[in-house]
Amino acid sequence: MKAHRNHANYWAFALHRLSGVALLFFLPAHFYVLGLAVEQAATLDMFLSWTEAPLVKLLETGLVILLAAHMTGGLRVLAIEFLAWRDWQKSVVAITGGLSVAAGLLFLLNAG
Amino acid sequence: MSSETITVEIWRGKEEGEFQTYQVPRMESQTVLDIVTYVQRNLDPGLSYRFACRVGVCGSCAMTVNGKPRWTCRTHIDKVAGDGTLRIQPLRNLPVIRDLAVDMTDFFEKWTQAKAQFVPTATRADDFAQVSPDDPQRKEASAGIECINCGVCYSACDTVAWLGDYLGPAALNRAWTLHNDVRDGGRAERLKAISGSGGCQACHSHQSCFELCPKHLNPTASIAGLKRATVKAALKGEI
Repeated sequence: MKAHRNHANYWAFALHRLSGVALLFFLPAHFYVLGLAVEQAATLDMFLSWTEAPLVKLLETGLVILLAAHMTGGLRVLAIEFLAWRDWQKSVVAITGGLSVAAGLLFLLNAG
Repeated sequence: MSSETITVEIWRGKEEGEFQTYQVPRMESQTVLDIVTYVQRNLDPGLSYRFACRVGVCGSCAMTVNGKPRWTCRTHIDKVAGDGTLRIQPLRNLPVIRDLAVDMTDFFEKWTQAKAQFVPTATRADDFAQVSPDDPQRKEASAGIECINCGVCYSACDTVAWLGDYLGPAALNRAWTLHNDVRDGGRAERLKAISGSGGCQACHSHQSCFELCPKHLNPTASIAGLKRATVKAALKGEI
């Protein structure tokens, strides 16, 4: 991270952008797997049993965190653009980060 | 302290060039501008840089110091050179004339494009406008009017770097202060000027301008205000 970018709000922007790009790659795969239910039920079942593996659950947790980070980051941007300005922007970044990690932990707790 | 020296790397050249290294004696309460001035007066008379007031008023002496744009006359070495080295470059996002001096033409041209000048509505026959300091609009304007046009925000802004015609934080901040000036008569035209390509909606709210503004102004907040104002004006069919 270049020196002029090394502050909380820029990190929040970078996370929002990177999570968006990551989800761009995830979503087509996600819809492809859902599409298997129509004509390849056996393949889908095989895939679903694979997702029960602990390592996959861990990767899924990462996905949940990315999703939550992208959603809370998007709400943060909407708040900046459409609500009256608040001076506690860094706190907002901390809250979005906290909520994202909490969503991931909640998923992990229910993964077993 | 004066027996110690600091290693200083200074950019020499235009867009193409190289860093030259100098050893400069440390002094108490030494600023980055003091360092540059020492180099020019004692080590390398050919060094080009720009300054005027030396006390944080004129906005002439901004440079990139260890990767961050700063007003050099009020940036103490103790604050920015913790490891004892200093790298000084011209401001980013502006063409380099030579060494540390940049061409500010684009920066000020964009103020004109943003119609960031006061449009009077009163005549000599009118009495003074009565504006209460407690008026919410006046508070919005007052929060942004201390800009010294140093270009630090413009240099810090990645949107300026990515999108060449983006008006930039300083011009838009000025537009916002005028938008909140009840005496001004140019709001509709100004909102049109700052709502197109390269206007306020292009801002990504990185907030580097706010982070690095030496006057602690908040151009991101001003731009967010303009975004809301342009949306409202668009919904009303005014722009």
